[in-house]
Amino acid sequence: MTDRLLDLLQRKGLLLGDGAMGTMLQRAGLTDGGSPELWNVDHADAVRAIYQGYADAGSDIITTNTFGGTRYRLKLHHLQGRVFELNQAGAALAREVAGDERLVAGSMGPTGELMEPLGPLTIAEAAAAFAEQVAGLAAGGADFLLVETMSSLDEVQAAVEGARQASTLPVVVTMTFDTNYRTMMGVTPAQAVQTLHSWGVTVIGANCGNGPAEIERIMWEMAQARPEGAVLMAQSNAGLPRWHEGEISYDGTPEVMAGYAQRMRALGVQVIGACCGSTPEHLAAMRRALDGPPLMGYEPAFAADASAPQSAPAGDGAARRAARRAQRTAE
Amino acid sequence: MDTDSFDSLPEVLQELYINMQDDLYDGLKDEVADATTEALEQWGQTPGQILQRGLVAGMDIVGQDFRDGILFVPEVLLAAKAMKGAMEILRPLLTDAKDVQRQGTVVIGTVKGDIHDIGKNLVGMMLEGAGFEVINLGINVDAEQFLAALREYNADILGMSALLTTTMPYMRTVIQRLNEEGMREQTVVLVGGAPLTEAFAEDIGADRYCEDAAVAVEAAKVFMEMKKRDS
Ligand code: B12
Repeated sequence: MTDRLLDLLQRKGLLLGDGAMGTMLQRAGLTDGGSPELWNVDHADAVRAIYQGYADAGSDIITTNTFGGTRYRLKLHHLQGRVFELNQAGAALAREVAGDERLVAGSMGPTGELMEPLGPLTIAEAAAAFAEQVAGLAAGGADFLLVETMSSLDEVQAAVEGARQASTLPVVVTMTFDTNYRTMMGVTPAQAVQTLHSWGVTVIGANCGNGPAEIERIMWEMAQARPEGAVLMAQSNAGLPRWHEGEISYDGTPEVMAGYAQRMRALGVQVIGACCGSTPEHLAAMRRALDGPPLMGYEPAFAADASAPQSAPAGDGAARRAARRAQRTAE
Repeated sequence: MDTDSFDSLPEVLQELYINMQDDLYDGLKDEVADATTEALEQWGQTPGQILQRGLVAGMDIVGQDFRDGILFVPEVLLAAKAMKGAMEILRPLLTDAKDVQRQGTVVIGTVKGDIHDIGKNLVGMMLEGAGFEVINLGINVDAEQFLAALREYNADILGMSALLTTTMPYMRTVIQRLNEEGMREQTVVLVGGAPLTEAFAEDIGADRYCEDAAVAVEAAKVFMEMKKRDS
């Protein structure tokens, strides 16, 4: 199977991802906490319009509206029996809009369940759920699978296994480093890029979490640790959410996101997109920035400042607890 | 924690509590349960005392270190599980404990579309510890489930939790339903969860935003007093 993603990367050198789906659907009227994936069938026009917005803004990749498309997430909406249908529909709509020049990324978010031993889910069960989702995405015409917003490496492993059980599509993985530059589960950017690469994942990165400033730091850490052959990807939120006059809005302007895109390129990130709060206007600004000349003399402030807080090297929890205990005894 | 009274405890008992806190921090469920039993049976500590001096004090440290990036979710979850284990021992005793007054009934849940429950469960346990009867509806709770439970248990307080900016607006929907059913007047609505703010709570018509479990317990008590005075 040809890897359309790597082909296009080779041809273009740099790809522009797309932007938010969830916050765009909210704008389009999904405010009752209902299932975004159901809109692939019940409000196909609204979903298509969002895809089209990103295509028109110059995105090279259209990401499917299937983030919560595993049976575990759909179960919250009593839709667990429609996994294949909803994923296929989301991918098919994206395929229509993407045509031949753009790629369709089949979005796969976390199951929302905790993995053993913290929670009930085994890797095999999670892999089966992801495989079921992937079957739909592949049938709908996805070019590659985008496992995103992950916080647990066990769950990523399950997603990669599930993807490989159900298709031959390439798998891209981005994790969310929202807790002091680590994922919620304590994974560092360096650990992520190295571990995922050892599992045969080529395109690896970060998405969601906090704002572009945090992503910059995270991608810098990943770039430092990047194994030969790994390709980096970043999809930042458009700033941070603010509750303002009865509505949630994100504080990152298109200009802010254009600057972010420039800095990602300077760090050597090759797939650059956006996440929550972004709109086609943000992506258009990023497109213009990336079509223009690269930043000259970019040097992230924290690279020079050795004392800047960097993710602590991955240690085991026991060591941290022992340190904490020793400190407390000393007090 | 009331440090004065803690310092005046026998040294061995202080040590028992410090160990309980440490074991809670390390997520050692069995050890925390054993210490709870020991405090009850050998030291005659009341459930309220054990809760405050051991469990809540331990969870406070966990919470701090989580915020400071020393602990991550796996550790917090294990600590919460250990606390839950101890609560199972204490719960039946809280009902008839002398130092805990019956306060009122709280229906608590995480709103539709949201599955975060660590914070909400902590709030639930702390309310139980303070003498409230707590009906915990779990996660992904819709308006009709909240309404049905409020009616069934004739509850005084509704507590809603949301950790996602995408699910917090659903709280407004629940409050609207309370209004429509004419139940808003007699129900105190407390809301919490990391992305919420005071302004948001006010905007959706909740009675109070609670940034943590301690505030939630205080607020719940204050509202119960007001309610008793009014009636
Ligand atoms: C643990 C966690 C998870 C766990 C949840 C496990 C569980 N059983 O609860 C897992 C891994 C499953 C998870 C999943 C997801 N998560 Co999460 N998660 C967190 C995390 C790291 C900690 C939350 C927590 O437990 N805090 C500890 C407790 C003690 O604090 P607390 O919840 O705030 O509760 C206190 C107060 O708020 C208050 N309170 C809380 N509830 C209530 C209720 C009442 C009535 C009252 C009075 C008070 C009160 O009192 C509590 C005790 O003091 C936060 C980040 C963070 N640092 O907050 C992200 C976070 C909430 N998650 C986030 C996201 C995006 C997700 C996912 C959507 C990820 C994904 N892409 O799939 C999914 C959600 C799926 C869903 N539909 O809900 C984002 C939300 C972003 C946003 N603003 O919308 C956060 C903020 C991380 C981030 N920065 O990106 N998550």
